[in-house]
Amino acid sequence: MKEIIIDGNSYKFDPGQTVLEVARGNDIDIPTLCYSEHLSITGACRMCLVENKENGSLETACTLPARDGLEVETDNDKIYDARKTVLDLILSDHPMTCMTCEANGDCQLQDLAYQFDIEESSYGSKKEDRFELEERNSFIVYDPDKCILCGKCVRADSELQCSDAIEFSERGFKTKVAAAFDEGLGGEDSSCVFCGLCVENCPTAALSYKPARKKGREYELRKQRTTCGYCGVGCQVELNIKGNEVIKVDSVYDDTAPNPDGEMCVKGRFAYGFIDSPDRLKYPLIKKDGEFVESSWDEALDYIADNLSRIRDEHGGREIGALSSARCTNEENYIMQKFMRAVMKTNSVEHCARL
Amino acid sequence: MKEYTAIKELPYYEELDFYKKQKRIVLQNCGLIDPEKIDDYIEKKGYQAAAKAITQMKSKEIIEEVKKSGLRGRGGGGFPTGLKWQFAKDAEGEKKYIVCNADEGDPGAFMDRSLLEGDPHKLLEGMMIAAYAIDADEGYIYVRAEYPLAIRRLKKAISQAEELGLLGENIFGTEFNFKIHIKEGAGAFVCGEETALMASIEGKRGTPTSRPPYPAQSGLWGKPTNINNVETYANIPFIIDNGAEEFNKFGTENSSGTKVFALTGKIKNTGLVEVPMGLSLRDIIYDIGGGITDDKGFKAVQTGGPSGGCIPAEQLDLKIDYDSLKEIGAMMGSGGMVVMDEDTCMVDVARFFLTFTQSESCGKCTPCRLGTKRMLEILERITEGEGKKGDIEKLEQLGKVIKEASLCGLGQTAPNPVLTTIKYFRDEYEAHINDKKCPAGQCDALKGSYVIDEDHCIGCGQCKTVCPADAITGKKQKAHTIDPEACISCGACAEVCPVNAISN
Amino acid sequence: MAGLAKSFGSGAMTNSIDEIAGNDLIFVIGSNPTENHPVIGAKMKRTVKNGTKLIVADPRRIELAEYADIVIQQKPGTDIALLNSMMNVIIEEGLEDTEFIEEHTENYEELKKIVSFYPPEKAEEITGVPADTIREAARLYASQDKSAIYYAMGITQHKSGTENVTSITSLAMLTGNVGRKSTGVNPLRGQSNVQGACDLGALANVYPGYQSVTDPDMKDKFEKAWGVEGLSDEVGLTVVEMFRAIDENKIKALYIMGENPALSDPDQGHIEAALEKVEFLVVQDIFMTETAEYADVVLPAACFAEKNGTFTNTDRRIQKVNKAVEAPGEAKADWEIICELSNKMGYEMDYNSTEEIMEEIAELTPIYGGVHYDRLDKEKIQWPCRDREDKGTQYLHKGGFIRGKGKFYPSHHIPSIEKADEEYEFIMMTGRMLYHYHTGTMTRNSQPIDEHVPDAYVEINAEDAEKMGIKNGDRVKIGSRRGEIETNAEIVETVQPGQIFMPFHFAESPANRLTMDELDPEAKIPELKVTAVKLQKT
Repeated sequence: MKEIIIDGNSYKFDPGQTVLEVARGNDIDIPTLCYSEHLSITGACRMCLVENKENGSLETACTLPARDGLEVETDNDKIYDARKTVLDLILSDHPMTCMTCEANGDCQLQDLAYQFDIEESSYGSKKEDRFELEERNSFIVYDPDKCILCGKCVRADSELQCSDAIEFSERGFKTKVAAAFDEGLGGEDSSCVFCGLCVENCPTAALSYKPARKKGREYELRKQRTTCGYCGVGCQVELNIKGNEVIKVDSVYDDTAPNPDGEMCVKGRFAYGFIDSPDRLKYPLIKKDGEFVESSWDEALDYIADNLSRIRDEHGGREIGALSSARCTNEENYIMQKFMRAVMKTNSVEHCARL
Repeated sequence: MKEYTAIKELPYYEELDFYKKQKRIVLQNCGLIDPEKIDDYIEKKGYQAAAKAITQMKSKEIIEEVKKSGLRGRGGGGFPTGLKWQFAKDAEGEKKYIVCNADEGDPGAFMDRSLLEGDPHKLLEGMMIAAYAIDADEGYIYVRAEYPLAIRRLKKAISQAEELGLLGENIFGTEFNFKIHIKEGAGAFVCGEETALMASIEGKRGTPTSRPPYPAQSGLWGKPTNINNVETYANIPFIIDNGAEEFNKFGTENSSGTKVFALTGKIKNTGLVEVPMGLSLRDIIYDIGGGITDDKGFKAVQTGGPSGGCIPAEQLDLKIDYDSLKEIGAMMGSGGMVVMDEDTCMVDVARFFLTFTQSESCGKCTPCRLGTKRMLEILERITEGEGKKGDIEKLEQLGKVIKEASLCGLGQTAPNPVLTTIKYFRDEYEAHINDKKCPAGQCDALKGSYVIDEDHCIGCGQCKTVCPADAITGKKQKAHTIDPEACISCGACAEVCPVNAISN
Repeated sequence: MAGLAKSFGSGAMTNSIDEIAGNDLIFVIGSNPTENHPVIGAKMKRTVKNGTKLIVADPRRIELAEYADIVIQQKPGTDIALLNSMMNVIIEEGLEDTEFIEEHTENYEELKKIVSFYPPEKAEEITGVPADTIREAARLYASQDKSAIYYAMGITQHKSGTENVTSITSLAMLTGNVGRKSTGVNPLRGQSNVQGACDLGALANVYPGYQSVTDPDMKDKFEKAWGVEGLSDEVGLTVVEMFRAIDENKIKALYIMGENPALSDPDQGHIEAALEKVEFLVVQDIFMTETAEYADVVLPAACFAEKNGTFTNTDRRIQKVNKAVEAPGEAKADWEIICELSNKMGYEMDYNSTEEIMEEIAELTPIYGGVHYDRLDKEKIQWPCRDREDKGTQYLHKGGFIRGKGKFYPSHHIPSIEKADEEYEFIMMTGRMLYHYHTGTMTRNSQPIDEHVPDAYVEINAEDAEKMGIKNGDRVKIGSRRGEIETNAEIVETVQPGQIFMPFHFAESPANRLTMDELDPEAKIPELKVTAVKLQKT
């Protein structure tokens, strides 16, 4: 049996697993910022450094393949110093504006700053923005000053959505993530389709959902998983609710879903505003003298029952038809056809499958 | 009519001091043949090694010979070349590649350029032998676009070799096929890093990737790939031709053969020198290089390019090889050697080199992207007289982490100039920070105001004319004076003073 | 679905979304996944990036074409000729899977006979696709181990929709690409629960689970289960038939739940007249839709986020819909409304929850026999799932077709009803686009989406536009034999000269005012993809 030694204990592993995967599988905490199990691995952030006991070198756990007899340490002074320095450096180029930040309470960088007890970077805090805020579209706001260049957005875009809408531009300290010709998402040459996967993968608030801004932060939101109401793919989505309003829609990561890596499209992600629209129908309406008049449920249903009974009894059920709906649930379609068949005695119940 | 005296004994070039201690294996033909004529190369026994390897040797034998020669990567890493070939040979895969790193990016280094321009066939021959040894049938030369002549000559060399059937199919009538492509780099220093280089060949953004997997397992387009630099490949024909033993006669136990260095800086004879490993710095700088310009004092030599280390005078007798350099915090690198005299400020030197590496950082990993930036900011502060207590320790701590935590060689070596100058010239840093003085008098912000030596002043008034701050007063023919409050320490006055009466 | 059921015995995606990654070849025909099924579109792109081959056949040069090995731009309404010709090449060159044909299919000789009339050169004349392209496509499709076909309304919304589909099933059977993982014939369903609505019997000819209304045993079974007598054994009317029946005074009352035929259905003028005419109209919806305006009673319904239940997606996967927020005002879930109405009419429908309804469904619907709410939270359940032990079915027809043997239903090319002529010189296709959905009830009421794409448009080929002096954004008038609309011109290279494309989401420029309600006689799907129109700058 092949075994790897982590912090003095032996663990079994599967071929192809990395040290990080083995460690996490055994509840050993290794911090990461650029790693995601749904994306390729780049080893860019350097937060997951561990010490290879064979030669004392620091290596990233996310890229280090587990192999028989390999011995690593995940926590000692050298590792702590390196990780803290890396974090300190990232924070030296990150605005300390957690107070008003969308990601407050849902920020991996904030969590790590807390864990490593860094209130302010020892290199001084970022006082002035280096970049312009990009929000020339209706869906996504990009604040490059909050970007830590983990590259998860770029990978999600190119590996999951495959729209290749964003890439790193410039290099070194000037590096930023940009859309084609730096025209911003939704720019003339942008191939962005606003699936929101980049926002979903952002560990900070460098990317945020525009319609959800200032509507509430993580700890104020209630979550409900459901099935997307749009096309037939049936993506699993997580509605985020504050009060009685859907504020945003997050991805669900579940292998039983048709979108196991959290994939979504612009409709599932952003077309939820109709739920809370003031134009929604709220009360039954009966047309009287050509005008719709609000009524009680009792009155409306009695009125319908009377008319349907009359027509059924006078002309027979075959003169009544119903359109059920491809947007209603299975249970509702069942109930509708049962009603038409059992009560109206007709098979004229259809829906728009053919359109 | 002028009389000429006949030169009795015109010396052979080996007899010149500059050449006496050199041994030319790699540069053997440079300057002696027409690089655009394949016949010239062939006349110098060119392609004999390839013929021998491909028609008479098994790939295993070639790899054994290269291993025995002890040849190590001349690009800077110093990894044993034979072993590298072995890995690529052993890797499973139908398709394998040979890549030549000719992305010579160190400022002041032109070892590869000289070879590419002066003897391109030697490189092709080395690559052919490597390809045959690891079963590759396709090769790439990644050369910087700033070398147009090198590219032109390489292209010419390739087409000449193709014409003679030395490249192409069924080379020397065997089953061996090999073709070579040229890929021009776009000027990013980091593309000299092998994984970034291959990404660039593939048309991707030139950033390094984590190893493992190593190129030998998964390199260009995910196929097993052997990548060496120009100088490494150029050593191969000699080794195959003359045998590993002959090669082993040069150099030290763990660093055999020769190394080409680019001598530059405050030294009398600048240029490329090829010397056996194990020569001392003193041999190179004084015997070959002819000593320091204007016979000033030697202060330090930076080896290994912008991310190498600064070696002080007390190490002048160090025998140069891979391991000795590494031991003292420097590195062989690709062979740059920048000589500095006593007037050089070592803090400023560190700042200078870090400016280069920082601006060439690809930005992918945190320590290099932000760490070099913060180090540079501290160094700039120090040279501007804003240094604080604790800055040196901060540089040391940060430098150590950047070395340990960075993703690729660029970041892992970037702090070297800072760390070695702190190690050997800590007092200079302290003088900048504590006394607000630049001992070498180089850092503008730390220069004091200028003073005129009244005893020597002849009252010519030239200083007064050039002073941009109107800080100088005095009557003609009388000694002038400088108002220290108004002086901006630009030094313009000192430069024009005909009697050297002004100093700071 | 009729064509698929006819050939294979079951009308649903044979394989699964999860299997796309395993495809060796993807053949997309009459479907634009990156716009209409974006998550599937992205999965296809991902697979193709990893080396899977791709053939795209669509009159428009859709986004996937950029990733394709072979791009086919057939003339609208010529799919049968194209597919027949591909089969012609496969048989001609001996690329068919003889073992599969022998073991699992019938009527092969008939297929051979019909496709022999379609050598690529002849097909080129009909389809406009170069003969060599057809050959290459046929070879590529037949040469891969796991080839899968994906199609959608571009195939079905034709007069010849059923034959289009049977031609696709023939191609798959001919090469043995059915009944194995990552192969198959895969219709991509357009709406969240269109599969479920079919499965649960919102079809005029079948009870839930595709149990025929004309089968006396079924009638008996449902009468017993529902405690009623006299269930009709006569096939009911389909959507378009219902509207015609209103014309003929044969339908007096119409109950519409969550549909907007005034915008979605063809020949809008006719639909409006029918809605006006019908004696009693009930519309139950979440907004005052174009259809609801005609109603006698409008009932406020809860939307998907305000109720519990299940949807069945395009790969037969039954998934839960969970209530997240309260419905506005007094709006109620559709099932609650129908149950209350039923109770008022004297037939007790007394369910405490949707879970109770699903229990009844499971009892009466064999393919849903093993579907229970407690399983749905943790398992992937794809029907057929017959009982609690059944883990569901990832791909259909493993080891044999549901109908026994797969049947080839070859067809000759069937010309579209309308052709371009002197007066109506363009062929209009309708469809959807990424940002909007169906009649726009939901997307056009969602601010960022409507802000991003606020206006209707018609895609016009650049050459045509130049000839007619039309520039991007110009207002244009489009007229057919049934009506006329105005919209903005969008000049593109993706539609071919002589063709235009228009999304149907927009009430202010309703494409369906122009379309006709001529039906595919079997599937009863209207021919929405080929309408002859004239185009004019306003």
